[in-house]
Amino acid sequence: MSEAAIRNEYRSEDGAYEASVGDYIALLKPRVMSLVVFTGLVGLMVAPGAIHPLLGAIAIVCIAVGAGASGALNMWYDADIDAKMARTAKRPIPMGRISAENALSFGMVLSIGSVTLMGLAVNYLAAGLLAFTIAFYVLVYTMVLKRRTPQNIVIGGAAGALPPVIGWAAVTGSLAIEPLVLFAIIFMWTPPHFWALGLFREGDYAAAGVPMLPVTHGPKVTRTNILVYSLLLAPLGVAPWLMGFAGVVYGTVSVLLGVFFVCHAVRLAVRPGDQAAKSLFGFSILYLFGIFAALLADALIRGGL
Amino acid sequence: MPVSDMHKRRRARNLAIAAVLFGLVALFFFITIIKMGS
Repeated sequence: MSEAAIRNEYRSEDGAYEASVGDYIALLKPRVMSLVVFTGLVGLMVAPGAIHPLLGAIAIVCIAVGAGASGALNMWYDADIDAKMARTAKRPIPMGRISAENALSFGMVLSIGSVTLMGLAVNYLAAGLLAFTIAFYVLVYTMVLKRRTPQNIVIGGAAGALPPVIGWAAVTGSLAIEPLVLFAIIFMWTPPHFWALGLFREGDYAAAGVPMLPVTHGPKVTRTNILVYSLLLAPLGVAPWLMGFAGVVYGTVSVLLGVFFVCHAVRLAVRPGDQAAKSLFGFSILYLFGIFAALLADALIRGGL
Repeated sequence: MPVSDMHKRRRARNLAIAAVLFGLVALFFFITIIKMGS
């Protein structure tokens, strides 16, 4: 059945398309959410002190829903450019499966709901940080930076870096240097991750008019920037061990992952091409999961499981 | 009246909303119990 026929099949009497539950789940960017939930969970697990397991679970759900709400609001605002890019053209709004207004309402309800629940069930600092994260992602990254500057994902990366800080704040009700180091790791990881994506999706971003670094400054400058950020990220990734709040298990894993990350960046710099960029992009996801999994394993081992 | 795909989708969405609402009711009940106990 053609796309047009499928759309007609699911239209109600007034001609509106009947969105499925899956369409609404797609608005939440579930794949992005998985990384956010995982880093938030690790922030919560490594924090000193204790939280009631149910309240801890609620904190993670609030982080997940808040991240999903940010995704929905991003899709509402960016529907015009999403429609122009192959990677995002099949999202619910450009496909006409959900109206922009419904996505906006859905995102706002989930934003307010997740922050309110976090405040009532966990604490106000965690709720405030969650509200700041959503607002930063939507108002600063999506509405201001994304279409204006190649530094969009550098500054906007702060939103994606906050979940471990929120997880930590959920347990302790305060901030400390440890979660800020975790914030710095994700913050430094974000540019090489997205610039690698930008290198092999450059045509997409150029067509949509999004000023990603490969579009504005070309692939050579991008590859150099990726290498510089990788060289900064590798030692930063080891910092939790050097600063004494992670053990030797984490230290070993983070050194190895950092070396591999730099190797990927060097390979991309000396032998440019889509394959090297895709390889670095894939490894960067593994890097972040690996770093936080090692931190979690280390905390569990040191805490006697 | 035959049940079309449109009706199936609407029903699935309504059931999902019902599940979320009942989940929230249970959640607020348990939060209250935990907060009263601490």
